[in-house]
Amino acid sequence: MSALARKLLRDLARERAQLATIALVMACGVAALVSMRSAYDSLRAARDGWYARARFGDVFVSVRRAPRSAVTALAALPGVTDVDARVVGEVRLDMPGLDDPAAAKVVSLPRAGMASLHTLTLTQGRAVDPAHADECLVHEAFARAWNLRPGDGITAVIQGRRQRLRVAGVALSPEFAYVVQPGALVPDDRRYGVLWMNPGALDDAFAMRGAFNDAVLRVERGASVRAVQSAVDRTLAPWSAVASWDRAHHASARWIEMKITQLRAQATVLPAVFLAVAALLVNMVLTRLLGLERERIATLKALGYTDGEIARHYLSHALLTGLAGALLGVALGAAGGRLILGIFAQFFRFPVLAFWPTPATVALGVCASLGASVLGALHAVRRAVSIAPAEAMRPAAPARYTRSRLDTSARVHALPAAARMVLRELARRPLRALGSAVAISLAAAVLIAGRFTFDALDRVIELQYFRAQGDDVTVSFREPVAPAAALDLARLPGVLRAESQRTAAARLRHGAHTRECALLGLPADASLRRLVDAHGAVWTLPSDGLLLGRDLAQRLDLRAGDAVTVEDPTGVLPPREARVSALVDDLLGTSGYLRLDALDRLQRDGGRITAVALRVDPTRRDALLRRLKVYPAVASTARRATAIAYFREQLGRESGVMALILAAFASVIAVGVVYNNARIALSVRSRELATLRVLGFTRAEVSAVLLGEQAAQVALAIPLGLLEGRGLAGLLVRSVDAELFRLPLVVSRATYLFAVAVVLAASALSAALVRRRVDALDMVAVLKSRD
Amino acid sequence: MSDVSRPPVLEARALAKRYRMGDVEIDALRGVDLALGEGELTVLLGPSGSGKSTLLNILGGLDAPSAGSVHYRGRALDFTDDRALTAYRRAHVGFVFQFYNLMPSLTARENVALVTDIAPSPLAPEEALALVGLTSRLDHFPSQLSGGEQQRVAIARAVARRPDVLLCDEPTGALDQRTGVVVLDVLDRVNRELGTTTAIITHNAVIARMAHRVVGFGDGRVVRDERNTTRAAPAELRW
Repeated sequence: MSALARKLLRDLARERAQLATIALVMACGVAALVSMRSAYDSLRAARDGWYARARFGDVFVSVRRAPRSAVTALAALPGVTDVDARVVGEVRLDMPGLDDPAAAKVVSLPRAGMASLHTLTLTQGRAVDPAHADECLVHEAFARAWNLRPGDGITAVIQGRRQRLRVAGVALSPEFAYVVQPGALVPDDRRYGVLWMNPGALDDAFAMRGAFNDAVLRVERGASVRAVQSAVDRTLAPWSAVASWDRAHHASARWIEMKITQLRAQATVLPAVFLAVAALLVNMVLTRLLGLERERIATLKALGYTDGEIARHYLSHALLTGLAGALLGVALGAAGGRLILGIFAQFFRFPVLAFWPTPATVALGVCASLGASVLGALHAVRRAVSIAPAEAMRPAAPARYTRSRLDTSARVHALPAAARMVLRELARRPLRALGSAVAISLAAAVLIAGRFTFDALDRVIELQYFRAQGDDVTVSFREPVAPAAALDLARLPGVLRAESQRTAAARLRHGAHTRECALLGLPADASLRRLVDAHGAVWTLPSDGLLLGRDLAQRLDLRAGDAVTVEDPTGVLPPREARVSALVDDLLGTSGYLRLDALDRLQRDGGRITAVALRVDPTRRDALLRRLKVYPAVASTARRATAIAYFREQLGRESGVMALILAAFASVIAVGVVYNNARIALSVRSRELATLRVLGFTRAEVSAVLLGEQAAQVALAIPLGLLEGRGLAGLLVRSVDAELFRLPLVVSRATYLFAVAVVLAASALSAALVRRRVDALDMVAVLKSRD
Repeated sequence: MSDVSRPPVLEARALAKRYRMGDVEIDALRGVDLALGEGELTVLLGPSGSGKSTLLNILGGLDAPSAGSVHYRGRALDFTDDRALTAYRRAHVGFVFQFYNLMPSLTARENVALVTDIAPSPLAPEEALALVGLTSRLDHFPSQLSGGEQQRVAIARAVARRPDVLLCDEPTGALDQRTGVVVLDVLDRVNRELGTTTAIITHNAVIARMAHRVVGFGDGRVVRDERNTTRAAPAELRW
């Protein structure tokens, strides 16, 4: 090994504490990159592989009742390779011990001779025997939640008829990787599942003999999905088909896509923050190191080493630090990625969801780390190497301090000497102080980015479940019922108040834009369900006209006062005109809101309703729910308290792990920056500080000079970090699919305080570590040594 | 005033150097002519600030003059070509500094190896250290060596490449007399045994007695240039 290589290794050993903190920051960046990107890659690969293997459809369509002969027409459409026509319905499940009814989507298994799309993956048991009408397959999520095994029985209420079903097997389908009950925000595996049954059994139950109400099509590679959709819509128009949709609008596929998009956004933003801080640290530490190495660099030059050899030597410090960070980061990233994917596996039911850090991602992580190191080192090394050797051999000229405007202020003169030294140091190198402050501020920003989702979800819960909803139970019907149903429910014992609701699917058309949406009709005097916007304002529904979600309106290029055409997606009702009264910043989905009577005028079916919101006497609630369970017309009874608990649990679990990981990472940044800063200041100014000690300053006073500078930087960093945190949160909010869910940008005071507290704690820890060194300062040795 | 008996290895012609130190401008050299003859041991004598170190740095290709030229074996050094200067130092020049300038993280042997790693036909580090009498201290770090020992390591490092010129800047400046004599003895031996042209900068007039030739410096100029008729052995020097 060459003497220079030995010097490198020994230098690294000497600087290990500082280099280790840099390597750790680097490792966090690489870990964030590798874990999120690999989780992204793995999730995407698992999804794409499964979609391909299981022949997941490209176009989906739902129809009231179409004759099976239409399948031939669909199959003959240009670009269509396969068609699977099915019977799909919602059923109620009577699960033992559950007061409110559970529900399930029931899907017919492929008929003999039909193309088999959405091939099921059996995870337990066997396929359904075509000879047994009472056999079913149960989705794994529901089976797990109820501990159902092959051979178990479940009671279903199919179209009002109670039926005992036998579980033949447990299965997964690409169509239901994410199972959410229509209208719910998060999966509730105990209350909603999926069943697959023999087509014959469902034909009878849903009166679909010789017909179908749902079709899935696969489109030839290269063919236009949009063109196929239009052709499908035209073909099925005579049977009141709802407009077909593609994968981008498929409920399960869309949620997965959103998660994948979010991961990609996180995998871009967060590692970039860490690597930038790491590069800054490398720059700071190397600048200092090279400052101390001035004479040694000159000696090496005098000995005949070329600039290139010397530059390589010092760049190697950065590169080896970067490499250590990269290797640690890859290891941490692999573990973290597994953790992230583990959380996804709780929401998304894939047959195989293997975590695999791809070589490309690992290489990207290593290159990013090395790149950040070199970038950080380049300037410092270039500057050090460019000094003429004779100049470097002379002691550096005393740092240039000038009397600044600060000094003319009488207040500054009144300050103790230590404070004046701190102020002048900051004034002399404002850019360096600012750079450090920015680096520390990023730690606060990352902390906020990690925690704000809790705040946002809390706000959603508050708005959606407390301000908008005042009911205890919402009873939904299988299909629209006469308005008298609300009166019937109101008369039940324990019901204090009952309010009707109507939800209707609609297609809004404005100029060339069309959008599917839900119209929600509420009574004029509604108190159990109100329209509340993202800012918490309660909206009064206009007597005539429509309130539209702002996101939906923008997609339709609509403004308040515009007229919009409301079409019946099933084509039964003729198109009608409605006026947009105002735009509302609503939180969920794509909806229009109007008064129940206004919706009646559009629907023209005698004021039918689809749900009733109930305020209930808490002591009689359970009895009421048991009673509702046997009403054949009732599809589900949603309890507000249960919904809130589920929402918190499901989303909290995911955000919790993320917040924890990011808090750890942010602490590393804060410690890395403050510790390195203080160490650098200490080594650059040890002579000055020792002189102060000799002059009779106490250890505390000397520490104050050194740490005061760090404290000033932290003080500057905190407000900066809070602003950046809000910005970063805004960036992450935008990665959420706005048509599904609009995460409000809310950062609570607690989150800000948390960020400030972590940064202060990390700074205090670093200060304590450095303070120990100040205390140990050897006055005599420092003064004896040459500058 | 150069010595005609020995052909010059290194020659300075009308050298001038002005540099800034903080806010102050310093005229370190004001027109210096000097030639170092082959195998000659020259002592450059003068008070601090007289320009000796600046001259040495320019002769060694560490610094560029503001005016004038330097010729190595008749060829002018190109001070604008950093690469050529590095090659010149690498092949021909050995430096010894007042504060030794050893790498604290390297042992004595490794400090010498810094040079032998890059020189074309060097002595072995052990051989160079034997020359300065440090065979028993090969694997000691600078912090484990006395000042005199550190300076001898620095000399071993300088001579290990078999330089044509050895430039020593106050080699005894940081040492007590007894240790200083040991170091001077080493320099004298290197000059005699290897025939290395040697220039020693000092402000200590006693040291001048061991030289072939003494060049006096004052205020950036050569103020005298004399030859010793008899040379004292380093062991005889007292200050």
